[in-house]
Amino acid sequence: MIFLSNLVNGISLGSIYAIIALGYTMVYGIAKMLNFAHGDVIMVGAYIAFCALQYWNLPPVLALIVAMLVCTALGITIEGLAYRPLRQAASLAVLITAIGMSYLLQNLALLIWGPNPKSFPATTMMALPTFSLFGGKLNISGVTLVAILANIVIMLVLTTFISRTKVGKAMRCVSEDRGAAELMGINVNRTISTTFAIGSALAAVAGILLCSAYPTLMPTTGSMPGIKAFTAAVFGGIGSIPGAMIGGILLGVIEILGKAYISTELGDAIVFAVLIIVLLFRPTGLLGKPIREKV
Amino acid sequence: MKKIVALALALAMCLSVLSFAAAEDQITLKIAHIGPLTGAAAVYGMATSRGAKIAADEINAAGGKYKVEIIDEDDTHDAEVAVNAYNNAMDAGAQLIVGTTTTTPCIAVGAVAYEERVFMLTPSASSTAVTADKDNVYQVCFTDPAQGSASAEYIAEHNLATKVAVIYNNADAYSTGIYQTFADKAAEVGLEIVSTTTFTDDTTDFSVQVADAQNNGAELVFLPIYYTPASQILIKANANGYAPIFFGVDGMDGILSIEGFDTALAEGVMLLTPFSADAQDEKTQKFVATYQELYNEVPNQFAADSYDGVYALVAAAEKADVQEGEAAEDICDRIIAAIQEIEINGVTGTMTWSANGEVSKTPTAVIIENGAYVGFNN
Repeated sequence: MIFLSNLVNGISLGSIYAIIALGYTMVYGIAKMLNFAHGDVIMVGAYIAFCALQYWNLPPVLALIVAMLVCTALGITIEGLAYRPLRQAASLAVLITAIGMSYLLQNLALLIWGPNPKSFPATTMMALPTFSLFGGKLNISGVTLVAILANIVIMLVLTTFISRTKVGKAMRCVSEDRGAAELMGINVNRTISTTFAIGSALAAVAGILLCSAYPTLMPTTGSMPGIKAFTAAVFGGIGSIPGAMIGGILLGVIEILGKAYISTELGDAIVFAVLIIVLLFRPTGLLGKPIREKV
Repeated sequence: MKKIVALALALAMCLSVLSFAAAEDQITLKIAHIGPLTGAAAVYGMATSRGAKIAADEINAAGGKYKVEIIDEDDTHDAEVAVNAYNNAMDAGAQLIVGTTTTTPCIAVGAVAYEERVFMLTPSASSTAVTADKDNVYQVCFTDPAQGSASAEYIAEHNLATKVAVIYNNADAYSTGIYQTFADKAAEVGLEIVSTTTFTDDTTDFSVQVADAQNNGAELVFLPIYYTPASQILIKANANGYAPIFFGVDGMDGILSIEGFDTALAEGVMLLTPFSADAQDEKTQKFVATYQELYNEVPNQFAADSYDGVYALVAAAEKADVQEGEAAEDICDRIIAAIQEIEINGVTGTMTWSANGEVSKTPTAVIIENGAYVGFNN
């Protein structure tokens, strides 16, 4: 029973990683860049939802929508201001810019919302019961179920969107060969902007779920889960949407089981050791497609 | 005509000399406060900063020998930033330091201050590593060993529990320091530690730690940690329907001021602290009233420690007869000798200092009742 309860906790943590990883993997898959500021967009989303609930007294659904809108606008702005001018630059320059953007967002949050941690009103956001099974020995929180459900829905919608719609087709083209896509009349900038918009809206959802499950909210809230989710995306095969979800959930489960049965002190070390082992045997991650270099 | 002008000029000169002398009577003492004014530990740094300012204002209003000027520097609870903050303070002419607020930066700044001979009195950095091998660093708060063993003694003495769980931050010198002495003392006084789990600053999920304490049947969970992770642990325990006694140390102080946190969850949480804002003595009441009036919240132990710290520094400066504009390195050794001789009757108790930099005063426990810290008497 303790094992089951640990497993549930692992899935709960993993589903949060998964939803963040979806945003990472989507942007990487299409724009071919690591948006390290993704974790911080999550934090902004959580703060906006916090303000909506706590200060503006909006109902949860509106809070979610406002957070998604603000994050979408933020994502497009970041892309337009910081990444677009570097479209032709070396990928290292873009990576460094993304890290800089991450710090900029954290410090802006520090200025706006102050340094003191806030407790996210999780019960206001999601007034869900905790399901007690086996006479209270196994507790599954409503947030966990919502997170898993949200994951599945987002994964399905994203996959359909990318494979079935015209914009999705454009995204796949841009991902495959940016130059050729441009020659074929695809507006590369607009396509990448759209990708960022979707990724950032997802970040808002992820932020709200993260803070509903683990309610401490401060300017650095997004950074560690962001890094873990990035690991999850690599683990599952970066660029692959189902891979991000599987990677995220596995990572959460490994982390919790490692902490519970091996050592709480080694929890993170175990996670990253597993990542190294997986990458040794499958360099493209669990579901990643190997890319053949054509000579 | 010339004579009159000369006379007037001479008179003016005399007057200016006189007025200069009058200002000279009160000696300006520049005290740097270094603490985290931003970042995760900002609640502590803001509290120590405010406590120091209130003490300075009182001392200046009383118009004694010294006029205190506080130089406020932010260290963001980061060792490197703290050393920069220290350098800024020294550039601004600081003579004494009340700081740093938290342990990790304090160890870093202490090492530099030891080399440069600058006297430091930390309000709240409670690790022994802060004062170890440094004759220039003193503490207003208890040391971690004192907090850990005093907690174990207190729990055993008041029969709060026999089965105890500990959750501590193994990436933090403060937390591990208290845990170690708690574990040693617990064995001595017959407390059984049934669960020991750890986490780090980056941990978001506390389910394993809480479940381990719960499954091992701990009646009391000892939390030698800061209040931010503590709030997460309280939320998780509540979700699991687990309600042991939560017993914290000074880092728990501040849990009631987290915005949006349901303080009902902190109900019944106990912490060991030498300061309780509801104490009935005149000094505490005056301090609490001033603090509330200025900052609209009840001061915590950090504010109180810092308040006492500034008084202690001024008393030591008086004993050491510090003069206007003396450099920090010139007064350091005199202050070290002086602080061991003085006795401060402050809001955190009556304090004396020994040569190793540790303070001696009596600890008391407070319990959170109806969203406020109340003295605990069992």
